[in-house]
Amino acid sequence: MEGLNFVGAGLIVIGAGLGIGRIGGSAMDAIARQPEASGKIQTAMLIAAALIEGIGFAALFAA
Amino acid sequence: MVISNKALRFIIATFVICLPFISMANPEKDTTIVQTVVAHEGAEASHEAHAEPTDVKSKVKAFIKHHVLDSHEFSFFQDDETGVHYGFSLPIIIYDNGFQIFSSSKFEHGEAVAESNGNFYKINHHDGKIYKTDAAGTITEDEKSGHPTNVRPLDLSITKSVLSILIAAVLMFFIFTGLAKSYAKNNGIASGAGRIFEPVVLFIRDEIAIPNIGEKHYKKYMSYLLTIFFFILFLNIFGLMPFGINVTGNLTITFSLAILTFLITNLTANKNYWGHIFWMPGVPKPMRIVLAPIELLGVVIKPFSLMIRLYANIFAGHIVLMSIIGLMFIFKSWIGSSLSFGLSFALSILEILVAFLQAYIFTLLSALYFGMAVEEHHHEEAHH
Repeated sequence: MEGLNFVGAGLIVIGAGLGIGRIGGSAMDAIARQPEASGKIQTAMLIAAALIEGIGFAALFAA
Repeated sequence: MVISNKALRFIIATFVICLPFISMANPEKDTTIVQTVVAHEGAEASHEAHAEPTDVKSKVKAFIKHHVLDSHEFSFFQDDETGVHYGFSLPIIIYDNGFQIFSSSKFEHGEAVAESNGNFYKINHHDGKIYKTDAAGTITEDEKSGHPTNVRPLDLSITKSVLSILIAAVLMFFIFTGLAKSYAKNNGIASGAGRIFEPVVLFIRDEIAIPNIGEKHYKKYMSYLLTIFFFILFLNIFGLMPFGINVTGNLTITFSLAILTFLITNLTANKNYWGHIFWMPGVPKPMRIVLAPIELLGVVIKPFSLMIRLYANIFAGHIVLMSIIGLMFIFKSWIGSSLSFGLSFALSILEILVAFLQAYIFTLLSALYFGMAVEEHHHEEAHH
C-alpha cells in the first residue's frame, strides 16, 4: 500500500502530541498544587517529554 | 515624553500603509531575474545534462536541501545572473593511494572534475559527496536505488561542519581557560566573558550532575558533561546565526556524541548496573530471563534515542525555518512576505529556546545514564 506509512506517521504525531500534552497538563496541575516544587517538576516533565519525543522521532524516521 | 501617543500611532499607521508599496516594488524585479535565468538555462541546457531547477519553488527546495547537507566549500551566497559564488574554498583531504590534498576550488562548485596525482574526483550533485571518476567525470548510478556505484575514497576533508566544530572548539578553549585563569587573577571571582558562563557551569554541576549522578561520583563526569553541553549549545547557536551551518542537525555528529555517552556509561558501569541488566533483583526467576534481553536492548536504545532526538530537533528546525523564509520568494505579495517574516522571526526565537533545551536534555539524560551506571546502594524493597 503506497502512502500508508504517512498515515502511520500522522498517527504517531497524534500519539506523541497527546502524550506531551498530558505531561504538560499534569505538570501544570502539580505546580499549581505545590508551587515551591516547580523546579523539580519541570525537570521531571522535561525528561518525560524528551523520552516521548524521542520515540515519536524514531517512529517518524522509520515511516 | 514629547511625542504624544497619538502622533506615534499615526506614524506607525502610515508606515504600515506604506508597507505594500515597498514590497510590491519587488515582484517584477524578481520575475525578471527568474526569466533571465530561465533564458540563460535554456541556452545552456543543450550541453548541461543535469539541468538546474528553474522555477522559484524548486530553487527554494534545492537550497534547503543544500543547506542541511555538509559541503566542501563555504559559500555565503551566489549570484544567479552571473553565476558567481561568494565564499571561500576549503581544503580537500582524500586518502586514496596516499593522501591527496588540494583546494575545493578545483571542483568549481561541483561543476568540474578535480585531478590530483593522476586521480580524478567529482562531487555528486545529489548527496554532495566526493566520488572517484574517470577523466570525463562520469558517475554511474545504480538503477534500483539511484545511488552512484562509483568508488568513494576515504574523505578526511575540512568541510563546513568540520570547520565550525574547530571554531567551536577553539572558542570553548579560550572562553573556559580564560574563566579558569580569571579566578586566580581576580581573587576567586570570575571576570569578563566568564561571568556569563560561570552560572551555567554551576547550573550543570548543581542541577544536572549532583542530583542525577550523586555526590560521590559526579566529579569524574563533570568534564564530559560540561564539554558536551557547551559543544552542543555552541553548535546549535552557530546554526541559527547568519550563514549558519547545520552541524548538530547532522546524523553523523549526533551519532558520535551518542557513542561517547554510550562508551562512558558502559565502561564506567559497576557490578550493580550489569546485575540489573542480566539478573534483575527483586523479580521472580522466570521473569529475570525475560527481562534480560529487554534490558540489554535498552542499553543500545538509550544512546540511540539521544542521537535521534538531537538530530531530528535541529534538522526539523532548520527545514521549517528555511521553508518559511522560502515562502517569501514563492508568494511575492506583501501579505505573504510580511506573514513569512513574522513567522520566521517567531520561529527563530523558538529555535533559540530549542537550542538551549536540546543541549540541556542531552546533558541531563547523559547524566541520568551515568547515574544509573554508578548507582551503588540497592534496596531490595524498592522493587516490591
